[in-house]
Amino acid sequence: MASSTSFKDRNLIAVIGDEDSITGLLLAGIGHVNEQQKKNFLVVDSKTPVATIEATFLEYTERKDIAILLINQHIAEKIRPTVDKYQQAFPTLLEIPSKDHPYDPSKDSILKRVQKLFGE
Amino acid sequence: MSGAGNRENVFATRMSLANTKQRLKGAQTGHSLLAKKRDALTTRFRAILRKVDEAKRKMGRVMQVASFSMAEVTYATGDIAYLVQEQAKLATFRVKTRQENVSGVVLPAFEVDHFNLTGLGRGGQQILKAKEVYAKALETLVELASLQTAFTILDEVIRATNRRVNAIEHVVIPRLENTIKYILSELDEMDREEFFRLKKVQAKKKRDNAIRQEAEDARKLAEEHTAVDTALETEPVGEERSTDLLRSKDEDVIF
Repeated sequence: MASSTSFKDRNLIAVIGDEDSITGLLLAGIGHVNEQQKKNFLVVDSKTPVATIEATFLEYTERKDIAILLINQHIAEKIRPTVDKYQQAFPTLLEIPSKDHPYDPSKDSILKRVQKLFGE
Repeated sequence: MSGAGNRENVFATRMSLANTKQRLKGAQTGHSLLAKKRDALTTRFRAILRKVDEAKRKMGRVMQVASFSMAEVTYATGDIAYLVQEQAKLATFRVKTRQENVSGVVLPAFEVDHFNLTGLGRGGQQILKAKEVYAKALETLVELASLQTAFTILDEVIRATNRRVNAIEHVVIPRLENTIKYILSELDEMDREEFFRLKKVQAKKKRDNAIRQEAEDARKLAEEHTAVDTALETEPVGEERSTDLLRSKDEDVIF
């Protein structure tokens, strides 16, 4: 469990998503480039290798300034084992729908758990 | 009975009995407290669960609207993705975390911390609209994120609490009960032994006393006898002699 001090300085929202989602979210003002020139967003297209997505996912989950990590569901699908393994409370992982991939609740790792708990 | 079941390795004394009883009481109190905590958490958890489910579905709709407005932007202005990505330097849309306390469990809740720069933004009407829509969508997402965090943390805490409740119920309490039973039976056994021993001692003492009394009686009797005997034997003899000597009148002595 995260200690009470560890989430105090987490205030950024990170995104891994396709171009449209990223553009929209950046318009809303979540984009951030830190001192090490590290961005808090990753644009994924059909040419992005899975290894890059996975590495970025791990990097964002390790970073101490990110409170929420948004990831497009169809991208989360590509690294599903890693996503399902992720159990930490911080940063919060949120699967969001994208333009060409409507939201499917049955694939969401959290909703799966919700369903399981309700199913009992 | 006493030997059966898991029990602690203690000496059966009244002291340890009192100690164990106290610990059993403590375990029972702890058990009821933990059970209450679990119930409180579960109630909270159920509420959050329902909210998470709702919020996820709501997010689906909101994001659809947002995507649509993005499509409008692309239609109106062409591709701005590259420009927007290059312009992103400092986040204006951030979140604040505050804590909420549910029966000793710290639940973080995210809050939108938005420098509102509406009006300063460049771009056309569509872009402004898309900005607004996305900001709204993000608010929903942040709300969902805090629900989800609470969900994850509560899930973990409930599991831990459940484990503790079950451990106390099925391991600690029976163990202490067994220990108490064991100590009680040992103490009873000791009591019986002690009682029997005392009885034995008493019986032996009685017997010894009886024997001694008898011997004493016999001795006294014997003493009396001997005294009488000696009196009978010695006294009369000496006296007889002396008296005899004094009393007897010898015809030959002429006084």
